[in-house]
Amino acid sequence: MSKIVKMEDLNKAKKRGLDALMPRKTKIMVGMATSGIASGAGEVYRALDSEIKKRKADIILKKTGSMGMDCIEPLVDVITPNMPRMAYGRVTAKQVPAIIDQILNGSIDKEKPTYYMGEEDFIVTGEKIKYYKGKKPASLKGINAIGDVPFYKKQVKLATRNCGLIDPENIDEYIAKGGYFSLYKALTTMTPDEIIEDVVKSGLRGRGGGGFPAGTKWRSCRDAEGDIKYVICNGDEGDPGAYMDRSLMEGDPHSVIEGMIIGAYAIGAHEGYIYVRNEYPLAVANLTKAIEQARACGLLGKNILKSGFDFDIRISQGAGAFVCGESTALMASLEGKAGEPRAKYVHTVEHGLWNRPSNLNNVETWANVPLIIARGGNWFSAIGDKASTGTKVFSLVGKVNNIGLVEVPMGIPLRDIIYDIGGGIPDGKEFKAIQTGGPSGGCIPAKLVELPVTFDDLKKAGSMMGSGGMIVMDEKTCMVDIARYFIEFLESESCGKCVPCREGVHRMKQILEDICEGRGQEGDIELLEDMAGAIIDGSLCALGGSAPNPVLSTIKYFREEYEAHIRDKKCPAAVCKALIEYRIDPDKCTGCGLCPRVCPTGAAKGKIKKIHTIDQKKCIKCGACVESCKYDAIIVE
Amino acid sequence: MVNLVIDGKKIQAKEGITLLEAARENGIDIPTLCSHESLEPSGACRLCSVEVTKGNRSKIVTSCIYTVEEGIKVNTESERVKKVRKLIMELLLARNPDSDVIIELAEKLGVKPQKRFLPDHDKGKCILCRLCIKTCETIVGVSAIGFSSRGATKIVGTPFDEESDVCIGCGACAYVCPTGHIQMETTGDTRTIWGRTFKMTACNVCGRYFAPEDQLKYISQKTGVPLKELSTCTSCR
Amino acid sequence: MNTQKITKNKIKGIIGRHEAEKTSLIAILQDMQNEFRYLPKEALVAVGKHLDMPLARVYEVATFYNAFSLKPRGRYLVEVCAGTACHVKGGFNLLAKLERELKIECGQTTKDGTFTLEQVRCLGCCSLAPVVRIDNDIHAYLTQDKIPRILKKYRK
Repeated sequence: MSKIVKMEDLNKAKKRGLDALMPRKTKIMVGMATSGIASGAGEVYRALDSEIKKRKADIILKKTGSMGMDCIEPLVDVITPNMPRMAYGRVTAKQVPAIIDQILNGSIDKEKPTYYMGEEDFIVTGEKIKYYKGKKPASLKGINAIGDVPFYKKQVKLATRNCGLIDPENIDEYIAKGGYFSLYKALTTMTPDEIIEDVVKSGLRGRGGGGFPAGTKWRSCRDAEGDIKYVICNGDEGDPGAYMDRSLMEGDPHSVIEGMIIGAYAIGAHEGYIYVRNEYPLAVANLTKAIEQARACGLLGKNILKSGFDFDIRISQGAGAFVCGESTALMASLEGKAGEPRAKYVHTVEHGLWNRPSNLNNVETWANVPLIIARGGNWFSAIGDKASTGTKVFSLVGKVNNIGLVEVPMGIPLRDIIYDIGGGIPDGKEFKAIQTGGPSGGCIPAKLVELPVTFDDLKKAGSMMGSGGMIVMDEKTCMVDIARYFIEFLESESCGKCVPCREGVHRMKQILEDICEGRGQEGDIELLEDMAGAIIDGSLCALGGSAPNPVLSTIKYFREEYEAHIRDKKCPAAVCKALIEYRIDPDKCTGCGLCPRVCPTGAAKGKIKKIHTIDQKKCIKCGACVESCKYDAIIVE
Repeated sequence: MVNLVIDGKKIQAKEGITLLEAARENGIDIPTLCSHESLEPSGACRLCSVEVTKGNRSKIVTSCIYTVEEGIKVNTESERVKKVRKLIMELLLARNPDSDVIIELAEKLGVKPQKRFLPDHDKGKCILCRLCIKTCETIVGVSAIGFSSRGATKIVGTPFDEESDVCIGCGACAYVCPTGHIQMETTGDTRTIWGRTFKMTACNVCGRYFAPEDQLKYISQKTGVPLKELSTCTSCR
Repeated sequence: MNTQKITKNKIKGIIGRHEAEKTSLIAILQDMQNEFRYLPKEALVAVGKHLDMPLARVYEVATFYNAFSLKPRGRYLVEVCAGTACHVKGGFNLLAKLERELKIECGQTTKDGTFTLEQVRCLGCCSLAPVVRIDNDIHAYLTQDKIPRILKKYRK
């Protein structure tokens, strides 16, 4: 890897990158982020590799990150010169020979692509390069362009601009997409103050949850006294059901690194840390490689781009503690200690890591920085909502048809995300609520489906932006059970330092368990509300300070569901085991004999072709019969 | 000097001191459990929470950590403060139903047990205030005890719950414990603490057993004073 | 994956890969955990000595984080995802089924040392929910009836 010092070195790398990105021969890319691998992309990759070798075909095979549409993974992209880029979804190893056939004979008749891309978008530079000249090939009739795929139509990809499109292990491809040009611009033409001003102007707010203006934070850290300062990237994405940062670190690690170098220069830091969640080995591997490459190119280390500025980054792995997403706990963990937060009366921008000024931003925040420097703060602030500028990446999961990562402009109504992008609720069920903000967030009910997604609107609705988890719930989701689920999570993730969080959340969980198991008492709802207020006020850190949110928001919008559990000892969504019964619908049962076979306790009984029954005394409500019944004959209520 | 108001009383306080210190200097009582004048505050028990108003914004802070600021108004008895204190006392009453200190403090603050919280019987009198751990680490300097686990299962003890080979049996942890949780038994020539039994040294003047041998050895090692000189109890010295 | 034999040399080797700074503690423990699949007591004692750190501090960190286990784990680690997406899709039923099949409770290891059953916070493959991970294999869209067959594959 040759050193990058001057603009012409960057341009050379860009040319190499473009040749790799859009080569003059066929290239196949397999989405190999964690989501892809979990769906079986590894097997598809190996099948492609052996098929290409077997046929001695002149085809380049590469790995890329995730485009976000997890529900159609494994995703295989085929780039043939002067043809649109073709994306095949839900590919299995069996289909591989047919796909290679098609590539070799230039047809697309046997295996239909899921969608195609006509051009490659270079958002950093504002350019677009067409994959083909002239008219769209006739063979593509009936196949959607990516912009017409409902899942992508309303998305605007800024932070995830390169995910699933470049080889994350090749720095040249990142540079080809405009990467490190912002660093060049910042280090050679801008003063630290000008950079901070641009970030302030962009209106960029922290993507990790709090939504604190990034520029303001940078300014405070720059102004803080001290020779040694640190920049930290928070990659301890701990919210269950959220994996935006993982996808960024896996699919485009250089965007995070470039953002950090620019930030460090603006703040006056020479050391940086990326704290990555323990469960993300691929993110660590890709970041490690990217850092090594950046070092080899001279983009990290001494005298970067001959500007006289020194900066390097170290990766530190978490060890499994949700509370380490809290900045002071994260810093304690970086110091090698148990992740206990401390009171933030003195801000970390003044006294952070090793008591020195430290600027911590989340992965997604850092990834936005190069784009802001390239296009300007005003360009960025024109996207999204006035007080919540830019875009936000969400992981749209749960009871929704199109599951995956989506990046949308701030201010978009929830409805657009759930119905247009997400494709609505599966199995004709009714949309009940959407949970945002992870365990510190809340449940927003169906009646607020028009709510614009901004930091402030979500907060007003009793939830929060959080890091970006969006869990869709349907009529079969019990809101009391969801509250109990999150409180149980927080109980076991509380560090245990302060009484309101440690003991208060523990007692809340006991009461919620009682309610779910039919031991709820009159007055429990009011008691939970009272406790919530005192826990929020009295806790030491943000974990305890927001822990009651899932309880408060579900009580606010679904109070009658709590009352049904407490007064009538009924679970309307038929989830809470102690309050439900499994019965067989005699009109639907065909006597197929399957449920008696799968029932672990012998509760489901019946001879073949005779209507079956369930013995309530023996039934443990494990749900095995429901899972097995092909005739929808098991009633749960 | 910093000017501020606590409970309606205009106060001048030295810069850098905490709200708790400023209040106490002026005869204003704020209840505490985990605070100790010779140890750094940790803000763990939250009992000393007070409401601070700056301009038209107010928030709950822990007075043992929050330092005095010019122009702030502090309310140690606001409704919000009382709610926090009440919950903390209810939670501690349920956690440590056998602790006289907690029961007395709750009575003083007018807090009754919350019937919906089933009392624990496995936590002893420990409120996890960490005074013992900090004393052992920063004052004694041996770090024989520490936390293990986290959240509701967090406990204080020796590593692996085994006899500690660095413990010197000094008993400073038991002395500093605000609730009397730490058991220390001294009978004649032995002392038992944290599951380990120490041999006591008899004063070479009066013959009274006054300190564990390990403690005197440790002091001798740290200070360079010969062990023999340390073998006289303080009253005979 | 087999539980590695614990030797003084191995412990020394792992410690030697890291700088003797207190900040290395978590990284060293992670390597120990990866090597031995749990944190043996002698390893914690050795780390404390190397970093000139009281055992009580090492023990505090070792018991604070989820990634560390002080008990030996079985040959295979069965992790039931407890992420929100898996929860709303009935992941808890899978845990109950695994407990019945393996005749252990969550957090325990089977008598023959083959399986350790645990819950994991979120594996982040929410589109495949509900999922169970056995060592490095993700079992997607899992239903209770598939579990006995899957376990059989590993028992061999």
